[in-house]
Amino acid sequence: MPVQNFEQIFQGKIDNEVKIEPKDWMPDAYRRTNIRQISQHAHSEVVGMLPEGNWITRAPSLKRKAILLAKVQDEAGHGLYLYSACETLGVSREETMNDLHSGKAKYSSIFNYPTLTWADIGAIGWLVDGAAIMNQVMLTRTSYGPYARAMVRICKEESFHQRQGFESLLVLSRGTEEQKAMCQDAINRWWWPALMMFGPKDSESTNSDQSMKWKIKRKSNDELRQNFVDMIAEQIKTLGMKLPDDKLKWNDERRHYDFGEINWDEFWQVVKGNGPCNKQRLDARKKAWEEGEWVREAAAAYARKKASPNPSKGGALEAA
Amino acid sequence: MNYIRKFYYGDIPEDKGGAEISDSKNPPSGGRGADWPLWEVFIRSKQGLDHKHAGSLHAADAQMAIENARDVYTRRMEGESIWVVESKYITASNPEEAGELYDPAKDKIYRHPSFYNLPDEVNLM
Repeated sequence: MPVQNFEQIFQGKIDNEVKIEPKDWMPDAYRRTNIRQISQHAHSEVVGMLPEGNWITRAPSLKRKAILLAKVQDEAGHGLYLYSACETLGVSREETMNDLHSGKAKYSSIFNYPTLTWADIGAIGWLVDGAAIMNQVMLTRTSYGPYARAMVRICKEESFHQRQGFESLLVLSRGTEEQKAMCQDAINRWWWPALMMFGPKDSESTNSDQSMKWKIKRKSNDELRQNFVDMIAEQIKTLGMKLPDDKLKWNDERRHYDFGEINWDEFWQVVKGNGPCNKQRLDARKKAWEEGEWVREAAAAYARKKASPNPSKGGALEAA
Repeated sequence: MNYIRKFYYGDIPEDKGGAEISDSKNPPSGGRGADWPLWEVFIRSKQGLDHKHAGSLHAADAQMAIENARDVYTRRMEGESIWVVESKYITASNPEEAGELYDPAKDKIYRHPSFYNLPDEVNLM
């Protein structure tokens, strides 16, 4: 069959909401786009553990520490689900890791910002995980089967992340003057970077059209960002805090909130590696990989020893 | 007839499976290139139900695969029994042969109870 026919069958499945599975024929560009997107998503889950891990030993109570540990452990699991989905496209785990360490693969820029106070942990849960969930709920219906299945699992676990973040901020917002100020300060610092998580404007986004046609993405960056603003602008009323945007205002005609312009220069600077913590994050990942090498080797050596039927060493003789 | 073709694992292309680099009988020799074999994880969510495919992970041996599966897939009481099998031991059917395999079932509607029209008084049969 000529390639054109394969492409027609492929697009036919997409149009009819039939998922694409690993061994189905797919255009190379579809495979590449999914590898890029899923691996970046996986890296984001893993690098995302770093800013939060920063506060595990300093959480204000045993309860908050247990919650934060559970959340960070979830992120590791989410990274694994996504790395596994990525592997089904024919790229090895090691290649994927190497691409992160060499800087070839990106991860979400949000994790290049520092966590300065305890309130940042609440703000990350509410705003950063909240923004991620907008995107992830959409991706449970993405056209590539393993990616969609990973997202279903992730979404199930992720909603506790956003709720615990809001609850943590709620406690601060009803606390002392210092706690209130800390809460507002965290919101001020995380709001704009959270909006940037949805990526460039639709008019500037290079990958969007094809990804929509292939149903890898099902909503545009601007659409998701607007949904997020509408949700947060309502939720913040319960906290009695303010979003740091003078232009934020309900637009009755559009039935949406209007909001101010994102600092796109900052966005591109952080993407290009010049954010406050880019180097620190990547160094931490490389260090973990390199310092874990002896563990990987020891486990492999142990497995090799157990598997080798060498009578002089005992094991096999006793078994016989 | 060639209904079933050998793939190392249903979801991983056999030439890139990672499985042929190493497996638990022939584990990696260590060093930077060492990649632990890939395992498929099946979870029984409660007594009386089937084990169901949950996902995959890399581990040096079966014991580690079970421990990792427990950490990743059963943190919220999703399971009470785990199976792990090295991915390369799974043989999967080929999607290109889906027609030969499954089409013959399509025109045999008499295999379904709704094919038979019975009088009302016995229709709950």
